[in-house]
Amino acid sequence: MTDLLRPSRALLPLLFLLLACVPFAAAAAQQPFWTSFFARILIYAIAASALNLALGYGGLVSFGHALFLGVGAYAVALPAFHGIGSGWVHLLFCLAGGAAVALVIGAISLRTSGMAFIMITLAFAQMGYFLLVSLKFYGGDDGLPVAAPSRFGALDLGSAPVLYGVAWAVLLVLTWWMSRLRAAPFGMALRAARQNARRVDAMGLQSRRLQLAAFTLSGTACALAGALLANLNAFVSPSSMSWSVSGELIVMVVLGGIGTVAGPVMGALVFLGLEEGLKGVTEHWMALFGPLIVLMAMFGRRGIVGWIEALEQSRWPARAGAGRGRR
Amino acid sequence: MNLTLLLAQLLNGLQYGVLLFLLAAGLTLVFGIMSFVNLAHGSLYMVGAYAAALAYGAGGSFTLAMLTAMAAALAVGLILETTVVSRLYRRDHLDHVLATFGLVMFFNEAVRIVWGPQPLFVQVPESLVGTVDLLGFGYPLYRFAIIVAGLVVAIGSYLLIHKTRVGMLIRAGAQNPQMVAALGIPIGLLNALLFGVGAMLAGVAGAMAGPVLSVQSGMGDAVLITTLVVIVIGGIGSVTGAFYAALIVGVVDTMGRVYLPLLLRQVADRSVADAAGPALASMSVYLLMALVLALRPQGLFPAHRT
Repeated sequence: MTDLLRPSRALLPLLFLLLACVPFAAAAAQQPFWTSFFARILIYAIAASALNLALGYGGLVSFGHALFLGVGAYAVALPAFHGIGSGWVHLLFCLAGGAAVALVIGAISLRTSGMAFIMITLAFAQMGYFLLVSLKFYGGDDGLPVAAPSRFGALDLGSAPVLYGVAWAVLLVLTWWMSRLRAAPFGMALRAARQNARRVDAMGLQSRRLQLAAFTLSGTACALAGALLANLNAFVSPSSMSWSVSGELIVMVVLGGIGTVAGPVMGALVFLGLEEGLKGVTEHWMALFGPLIVLMAMFGRRGIVGWIEALEQSRWPARAGAGRGRR
Repeated sequence: MNLTLLLAQLLNGLQYGVLLFLLAAGLTLVFGIMSFVNLAHGSLYMVGAYAAALAYGAGGSFTLAMLTAMAAALAVGLILETTVVSRLYRRDHLDHVLATFGLVMFFNEAVRIVWGPQPLFVQVPESLVGTVDLLGFGYPLYRFAIIVAGLVVAIGSYLLIHKTRVGMLIRAGAQNPQMVAALGIPIGLLNALLFGVGAMLAGVAGAMAGPVLSVQSGMGDAVLITTLVVIVIGGIGSVTGAFYAALIVGVVDTMGRVYLPLLLRQVADRSVADAAGPALASMSVYLLMALVLALRPQGLFPAHRT
């Protein structure tokens, strides 16, 4: 249990504990903005964790994960538009829609690899984007207000603290699941396929099937984040699936630490926190943020979790890194 | 649907395709030799467009504006190559995507800071105002000039790549960069040169597109994604493939924009059809790409690699 005292191990429990305090702190300080801002962080952390399954563990550079965010968001907005406010229906549409879209896209995209895979996932996301722009009946370019938030019995996601709690719980479960999955036979085989697919195939495992399963799971979990996002904003629009959102999700994963369990959560927190902070300094925050991303790509490849681990290795050299392979 | 409209739209498609080719040529070669994914190529297009718009506004000479655009795009391209890009060649695609994504954010915002969010409008140069008579119907002279210029560049790049020593080295580099380097060719210099020329072509495309499209921040993003579609359809690393794919994509996109609303009107309300048509046309290009990749993952005209 002394392991818990080490920064890399204590990071996640501490993070979740602090995140759990946010709504109470916001209520005490009478700053409701905090709750919705941190809810956004939680939701993007869910999406980034989902992407990490494909990108980090599977090595599948998907440049189209914003599509799944959009699928989830419209899975809430479209039934609500037609007067269905039941959260169970929304959830069903979201999970089934996300899984079906991810399965089809994955099955086609995984025929390619490398640059072509990046481009084809981008192309599918753009297709979804333009499809929704073309649906003028559902608002098209202007987006669509979410007529009724998802209601699960007494649980109404229209209220910010409730939504926050749900997002927190979903992220907790997803993170716990990812930490299990990473070390499970499926996760091990998936990570092996990222390093050397041919070798995995030679061992009698089917690397493409593993990758397809990972891509589908990843897309489905990302759709869940989209459904929460629709409830948070009470509004959906095709811009939530624009290509820059896909890029931002990748940045979050890499910034936090690609292929690690805590990385996407840290990445979403730091990315959105930095964005908010820079927005306070200048409206042209992207002019500062862009070069930071360039520098990160050039020098900070291991991400925040990687730096913490490196720091730890210098402090506790003897035991550090034991049994903890990177990525 | 008459023949004149069809012909005019075909030429519009060709004109768009030619612009796409100017962008795709540089991008596909840089990818072919160094496996570098450059999302910032659209920003170089934007640099060219702004440089031309400003120079044209200040000096009034379109030739001078064109030269300014080429010089500006070349300079920015070379600076990018030496400071960022060349350091990332050996990394994986993820780092390329990340770094150039950051560059796109920077360039879009930098342009917004200096010239504001409003688009700049560029007049068609006086010598190219009017129409050209093609078999009895008038087609805008400026657009026609774009097609001609694009075809000239296409032929020029074909000759450069297939008939000169530099072109031979480029082709060799695309096939086996290690071997070229081992034979004593400074492959780094070759690649910087190639990146610069690609940037210059993107700048030319931006300068030519100025009077036809609006010059504004973020103008490169949409065209970049279409260009990526082009090089993937054409076969990554293949200039010939990029040429055919650019024309196909240009024509499919333009035709879709014109004829999809007309077709949709048969089945849907006019206002709905007019709104949905262009968006569906934008989709058609991606659909084409997904189809090509699903059937021929290496693209239609793959470059021969060893």
